[in-house]
Amino acid sequence: MRLTELPLRQPAYVDLVDWSVLSLSEGQRLREFGLCEGASVEALHHGGIFGNGPIACKVGRMTIAMRRSHAAAITVRTDAQEDAA
Amino acid sequence: MSALPLVALVGNPNAGKSALFNALTGARQKLGNYPGVTVERKAGRLSLSDGRPVELVDLPGTYSLDPGSPDEQVTRDFVLGKQAGEKLPDALVVVVDASNLDNHLRFALELIALGLPTIVSLNMVDLATRDGLELDAGVLSRELGVPVIPTVAVRKRGLDHLRGELETVLGQMGVVRPSLPTRDFDAVRHEARRIARAAIVRETPSRRLTAAVDRVALHPVFGLALLLGLMFVMFQAVYAWSEAPIAMIEGLAEMLSNAVTGALPPGILRSFLVDGVINGVGSVVVFLPQILILFFFILMLEATGYMVRAAFLMDGVMAKVGLSGRAFIPLLSSFACAIPGIMATRTISDPKDRLTTILIAPLMTCSARLPVYTMIIGAFIPARAVGPGIGLQGLVLFTLYVSGIVGAMIVALVLRMTVTKGKSGGFLMEMPKYQWPRPQDILLGLWQRAVIFLKRAGTIIFTSTVILWLLLSFPRVPDGDPTSQVDHSIAGRIASGLNVVLEPIGFNRDISLALIPAMAAREVAVSALATVYSIDAGDDEAKLEQSLGDRLKDQWPLPTALAFLAWFVFAPQCISTIAVTKRETNGWKWPMFMVGYLFVLAYVAAGLTYWTATAAGL
Repeated sequence: MRLTELPLRQPAYVDLVDWSVLSLSEGQRLREFGLCEGASVEALHHGGIFGNGPIACKVGRMTIAMRRSHAAAITVRTDAQEDAA
Repeated sequence: MSALPLVALVGNPNAGKSALFNALTGARQKLGNYPGVTVERKAGRLSLSDGRPVELVDLPGTYSLDPGSPDEQVTRDFVLGKQAGEKLPDALVVVVDASNLDNHLRFALELIALGLPTIVSLNMVDLATRDGLELDAGVLSRELGVPVIPTVAVRKRGLDHLRGELETVLGQMGVVRPSLPTRDFDAVRHEARRIARAAIVRETPSRRLTAAVDRVALHPVFGLALLLGLMFVMFQAVYAWSEAPIAMIEGLAEMLSNAVTGALPPGILRSFLVDGVINGVGSVVVFLPQILILFFFILMLEATGYMVRAAFLMDGVMAKVGLSGRAFIPLLSSFACAIPGIMATRTISDPKDRLTTILIAPLMTCSARLPVYTMIIGAFIPARAVGPGIGLQGLVLFTLYVSGIVGAMIVALVLRMTVTKGKSGGFLMEMPKYQWPRPQDILLGLWQRAVIFLKRAGTIIFTSTVILWLLLSFPRVPDGDPTSQVDHSIAGRIASGLNVVLEPIGFNRDISLALIPAMAAREVAVSALATVYSIDAGDDEAKLEQSLGDRLKDQWPLPTALAFLAWFVFAPQCISTIAVTKRETNGWKWPMFMVGYLFVLAYVAAGLTYWTATAAGL
C-alpha cells in the first residue's frame, strides 16, 4: 500500500520509492532523511482539517513531514521484517 | 583572520549545534557574513584548559556534503578549505544527535573521511535517555576511529572533556589535504546504521514527550487553535508586559530633557538637544521592551521546535496560495524584521516559491512598525476590555497583524498566477524533538537583538531625526511673522508639495513629512512626528507638557489615524529591506517591483479606510 494509505501508528517498512515522481533535490533530501527502500516508517499525523494536508511520519528515529503527493510515491509493507542491510 | 587555531563546528540541522556553540563560547561571539553570499558567519572564542584561545566557527547545519542551498555550500567549501577568505580548519567538531544516530552518523562518516583531526560530540544524550536509549560512547569511538564525547550542551555537560580532547587533537596537527570522499551514498548509510546498532546498549520503548505533545500540536483542529492562541497571547503580551519598562524609559527621557532644559538657555542648541535628540531618539527607544517581547516569543518558538509544527499546520493554507509550509518560517521571522526573514528564504529550494515568499515578506508586520502602531493605538483606541482578558487595544493590534497576513496571502495568490507562475514546490522538513531551551541562549539572542536595535536608534534613527530637525528648523520664521515654524521650514514646504498626493486619503502635512524619513527605518515615523510637534510647540509650556499621543489626538481626526495605520500595514518597506531583496534576487527588477506594488496597496488601503471611516461618521 502507499504511505498515504498506511493507518496511523502502524509500523511498516518502505518497499519501493518511485523516485521519478520526485525532483532530484527532493529525492536527495528524502535519502538524507534516511527514507529509502528498507527503512522503517510509521505515519504519525495527517495534517489539514480535511486530511489533505501534509503527513508527519517517523523514519527510523527521525520525524519528517512531507506532502501527500510525495507520500503517494512511497510504497510500504507492514508484514515483513526490516531488511538486514 | 589570525594565527589562532581554527575549529569548525559542523553537523546536521537540529543536532543542537548552536546550543553547543553558545555553551562553548558564551557571549564572546562575532556575527558577520561570508564574502559574496548572504550566509551568516558565526564565530566565537573558546579557551582551552591552558588558556590558549581557539577560534570556533559555527557552520550552517546540513545533511550531507552535497549542497542543496547556499548555506550548505558554505559548509562544504569551509571544511574543504575552499571558502574564500577562510583558512582550512585545524580540526572539526562533528555534532551528532544521540537519539538520531543512524542518520547523523552517515554525515559524520562523510566528515571523518575528509581526514581532518575530528572529534564527535554525542550531543543531547539526556534526551536520548529520556527516550529510553542507552549508548556506549566507547564503542562508537572505536568504530569511528575518532574521540567521541557525550555532551548535553544545554546543561553544559561534557564541555570540559570536549575542550580537553580538542587540546589533544590540536597538539598532534599534521598537514592534511582534505578531498571529497567518493564512497557510495548507500554504502555509507549502511555503515552508519551498523555502527549505530553496535553503539546502542539498551533501547526500552518509553513514553515519548514529543509524540504526546504532537498529538495535540499537530491536530488539525486543536493544533490550529493552539497556534492561533499562541499568536494571540504573543500580541497581547507585547502590550501587557511592556507597560512598566516603557514607563521607566519615558521617565528617564523626561529627566534628561528636564535636565537639559534647566541647564541651557532657550535657543538653537537646546532645541536641537531636546526636540531633536532626546524627543526624537527617545520616542523610538521607548519601544525596545515591546520589540524584545516579540523577539522573545519568536526565539522561544524556534528553540523549542514548535516553529516547524507551525509550518506543518500552515502547509495546507500555504499550498492554496501556491506556497509551501516552509515559507511560514521566514514569514513568521519577518514579524520581527523582514531582513532575517528574507535571508531565511534561502532554505526554500524552489526558486519561484522563494521569490514569492521574498516579495510578500514585507507584508508581515515587522517590529519596526510596532512603534507606529502602538503610538496611534495608544492615542486613539480606548484602553477598555471587550472580553475577559481581551483588551480593545490588543485586539486592534491583532487585527492589523491579521490584515498584513491576509494581504500577503492574496498577493501571493495573485503573484503565483501571474509573475511567478509555475508548478509549486514541495514541503519536506525534519521535525525536531521538543526541547526546553536554555535560558542563557534566549537571553543571548535577546541581547544581540537589543544591541542591533539600539545601534539603529543611535545611527540611522539619530541621523534621520537630526536631518529632519535641521530641515524643520531652517529657515527660521522672522520675528513677528504669524506663520508657524514648521510651515516656514524647508521640510514643511516639501511636505506641502507631497501632501497634494496624500490629502485625498486623509493624510495631513505632518504625516507627509513623517513618511519621507520613515523610508530609512519605519519607526522613524514616530520620532519624526515627535520632532515636528516638539518644534511646533516652540516654547509653549502647556503644549510641551503633552505627550505625543495626546498631541496627535488633538490634531488628527480619527479617520486620519486609522488611514495612517492602514498605510503602515502595507507601508513601502525600509531601505535595508530593498537592499537585501536586491542582494537575494540579484538585481533591481524585483525590489523595484516590490516597492511599486506595496506603494499602490498602501495608498489604496489607506484611502479605503479613510473614506469608509469618514462615511461612517467616525
